[in-house]
Amino acid sequence: MRFRGRAKSRQPAAAPVPAAPEPSGPVPVLVIDALGRKCPIPIIMLAERIREVPVGEVVAVLADDPAARTDVPAWCRMKSQDFVREETLEQGGWGFHIRRTY
Amino acid sequence: MAGSRGYLDAASTEPPHPAARAALLDALDSAWADPARLYGTARGTRIVLDRARARVANVLGVRPDEVSFTSSGTQAVHLAVLGGLRARRRVGSHLVVGAVEHSSVLHAAELHERDGGEVTLVGVDRSGRVDPAEFAAALRPDTALACLQSANHEVGTLQPVAEVAEHCRAARVPLCTDAAQSLGRADVPAGWSLLAGSAHKWGGPGGVGVLVVRKGTRWRSPLPDDEREARRVPGFENVPGAVAAAAALEARHVDMAADAERLSALVERIRSEVPRTVPDVEVIGDPVRRLPHLVTFSCLYVEGEALLTELDRLGFAVSSGSSCTADTLRPSHVLEAMGVITHGNVRVSLPRDVEAADVERFLSVLPATVAKLRGDLGVIA
Repeated sequence: MRFRGRAKSRQPAAAPVPAAPEPSGPVPVLVIDALGRKCPIPIIMLAERIREVPVGEVVAVLADDPAARTDVPAWCRMKSQDFVREETLEQGGWGFHIRRTY
Repeated sequence: MAGSRGYLDAASTEPPHPAARAALLDALDSAWADPARLYGTARGTRIVLDRARARVANVLGVRPDEVSFTSSGTQAVHLAVLGGLRARRRVGSHLVVGAVEHSSVLHAAELHERDGGEVTLVGVDRSGRVDPAEFAAALRPDTALACLQSANHEVGTLQPVAEVAEHCRAARVPLCTDAAQSLGRADVPAGWSLLAGSAHKWGGPGGVGVLVVRKGTRWRSPLPDDEREARRVPGFENVPGAVAAAAALEARHVDMAADAERLSALVERIRSEVPRTVPDVEVIGDPVRRLPHLVTFSCLYVEGEALLTELDRLGFAVSSGSSCTADTLRPSHVLEAMGVITHGNVRVSLPRDVEAADVERFLSVLPATVAKLRGDLGVIA
């Protein structure tokens, strides 16, 4: 199905991510590996560890539960953190980049 | 009703209305014959069936010959969508549907897509509501049918059906409305061409749906021909079920305004109290343009299913769009489309006879329950 409207950027398969030449954006100073973990565990790990990076720096969460694609950006909105981007991982799953704002 | 204490899942199914029970028992004894035959007992059954049809039509504000009884709400949706598409094959095979429609609509759309049709999903905003202008922009010269629910089944947000229907009329595209979640609870919106409903959602029996095809709407059955229900629905009619469905709908309609006011006040209480007593919670869905009886919230750092199990242990039946069980690999498409937290999700939907004390008891046990589950996962609030 084709998506139209505000939600489309969040939908799977709407925009195939090109098989990665060096992705743009800042390099994360902390990578949290939540691969194989079900939501809400990836969010809990993110909430626990985001304070390990300095304000203004980027943390990445690796997860393969599809729910994380919605939950990580929604958590950022609720907690006023800055969701930078989602990248597709070669081994399956996604990397979510979040900039700590406070 | 003692049996429904703590039952807060009316959106899944409303407890049977007493009027439905009385009508069902009576019709089981008096209207069991084949309504298609010509002898006396059969003609009697036919009259009972048609009277039920007229009563449903009256509540919906349509003509009796526009109403058919189906074997479920899901069947009504499937017939409405696929029959609407089939009748307009010469116009095209493009279907427009809201992204947060019930799965019965989306499954019909998937079948249409597998058969070579094209489907456009119209996204929703954070509250779960489609934008009429965006919906209108999705309509094309080859659009055969558009679908928009009357209200969302998971978060209670009312959709702008009348506005979208005007756009559809201008584009000469019929609009199919799945009204399963709102019939008997809110006014029927204006302007649709096809409508589907489900009797057990308004206190009627299970296994009875309603399909309405407005005059002038082209519709062709996607199923093999059958004489029943004006050739719209195959199979022997469930006459007692239809009678009970009509009785319940009528009874609900009489009390609708008073019920809505009372339930809406209880929902408002939940909407304001939960964020006050539970940290890291988000109440979702439109706060104003919503169904009177339904409220949904998501608790951060909690598994929805664990929360449901714990609440069940405490005597509460509620529902969730979360996906932490083995049989649901994906979270609710509604929560995804809205961009809200998909875990820790709780849908509370109040049956008509709910008591304020039940709601208060729910509100009193919720904070400790959430705190316990967060503690189990190692979250320090």
